[in-house]
Amino acid sequence: MYEGVVQDLIDELGRLPGVGPKSAQRIAFHLLAADADDVRRLVAALTEVKEKVRFCTVCGNVAQQEQCRICLDPRRDPSVLCVVEEPKDVVAIERTREFRGRYHVLGGAISPIEGVGPDDLRVRELMTRLADDTVQEIILATDPNLEGEATATYLARMIKPMGLRVTRLASGLPVGGDLEYADEVTLGRAFEGRRLLDV
Amino acid sequence: MSLYRDEGVVLRTQKLGEADRIVTLLTRNNGRVRAVGKGVRRTTSRFGARLEPFMHVDCQFATGRTLDIVTQAETIAPYGMSITDDYGRYTAGTAMLETAERLTAEEREPAVQQYLLLVGALRTLAGAAHDPGLVLDAYLLRGLSVAGFAPSFADCVRCDAQGPHRLFSVQAGGMVCGSCRPSGTVAPSADTVALLAALLSGDWPAADSSQPRTRREASGITAAFLQWHLERGLRSLGLVER
Repeated sequence: MYEGVVQDLIDELGRLPGVGPKSAQRIAFHLLAADADDVRRLVAALTEVKEKVRFCTVCGNVAQQEQCRICLDPRRDPSVLCVVEEPKDVVAIERTREFRGRYHVLGGAISPIEGVGPDDLRVRELMTRLADDTVQEIILATDPNLEGEATATYLARMIKPMGLRVTRLASGLPVGGDLEYADEVTLGRAFEGRRLLDV
Repeated sequence: MSLYRDEGVVLRTQKLGEADRIVTLLTRNNGRVRAVGKGVRRTTSRFGARLEPFMHVDCQFATGRTLDIVTQAETIAPYGMSITDDYGRYTAGTAMLETAERLTAEEREPAVQQYLLLVGALRTLAGAAHDPGLVLDAYLLRGLSVAGFAPSFADCVRCDAQGPHRLFSVQAGGMVCGSCRPSGTVAPSADTVALLAALLSGDWPAADSSQPRTRREASGITAAFLQWHLERGLRSLGLVER
């Protein structure tokens, strides 16, 4: 145990995800030894992020205004909507530079064992967005794990009767992997989603 | 570091650090085991979908100080795929996994009967031959029976008076006669009692021919009975789509 504020800092750092007591102690002593200007910059960034960043009222992505920059961008195709679990998934898809439509962030996936049901996600907001005829295609880009698949199944069942095109991101073999290490589910999906080679 | 091998069903996963997961399995010989799946969240992980809930796998573990480590995993049956294809099956299956975890309170205490029951129930659920709600209720009643809380749907549980009786007592653990009647009894319909008995004994033709109203009443009684014995409610049971 350290005295007063040093211990308080270690305790606060230790509450961050992935930071154990030893790591918290190391970061605290790094900050103590760091230049005062560097620490002030960090404090300013932390304060600013809490004051300025909010969730987009349309899609639920992180934003600095009422709406995020993707929802405000008139060049984005409003007829295609990509549904993701978390704001970090938006960043991952944006990095590909393949998708020019808009997003809807659910805020998680359906996980009954954790007590998370459809009412705990932004499903109602999604249905409201689909009510007018702007959106023509929904791309379900939830994680390719069990919760993500179940969430996609649930959403597809809700959206299909509205007559919209519902698609799911392909899943299969990762680029750079060996076929012999692929598990049966992944390999099965890869066979299901095989494509014609047009050469 | 000693190695051991066992087959099991993945009950639950929790994120750990950057790309790992803590995987809880109900194994055949070692009961409930918690082990770390290293790098399992990476898309290039050699485990792939093998350590996802509902998967029936043959695993090799390395014993660790607090948690074991999954070193190898081979699929025995990928129940997860067909279960997640249907939302009703998924919610019912999740309630089964949570029940199995709760009925095996102690880690590493062998629970072969619970393991075999869960594997059978998941196989039935994935096969989609019966209504998911019925499969769930049958599993819950049989799981409780294996754990030592077998309900009686015929004779009075207090005085053994021969049935059929009209009243069901959750606290007493089954049907009770008029003279033994404790407080808080319910009077389910004769069809509901017959359905509960069919689910407990595995009489699927009788269970499949039951009416939706009877199924609703039977699932309410099963849930109350489960909650009484587990002492704490199941989080997933409220989200089961019936």
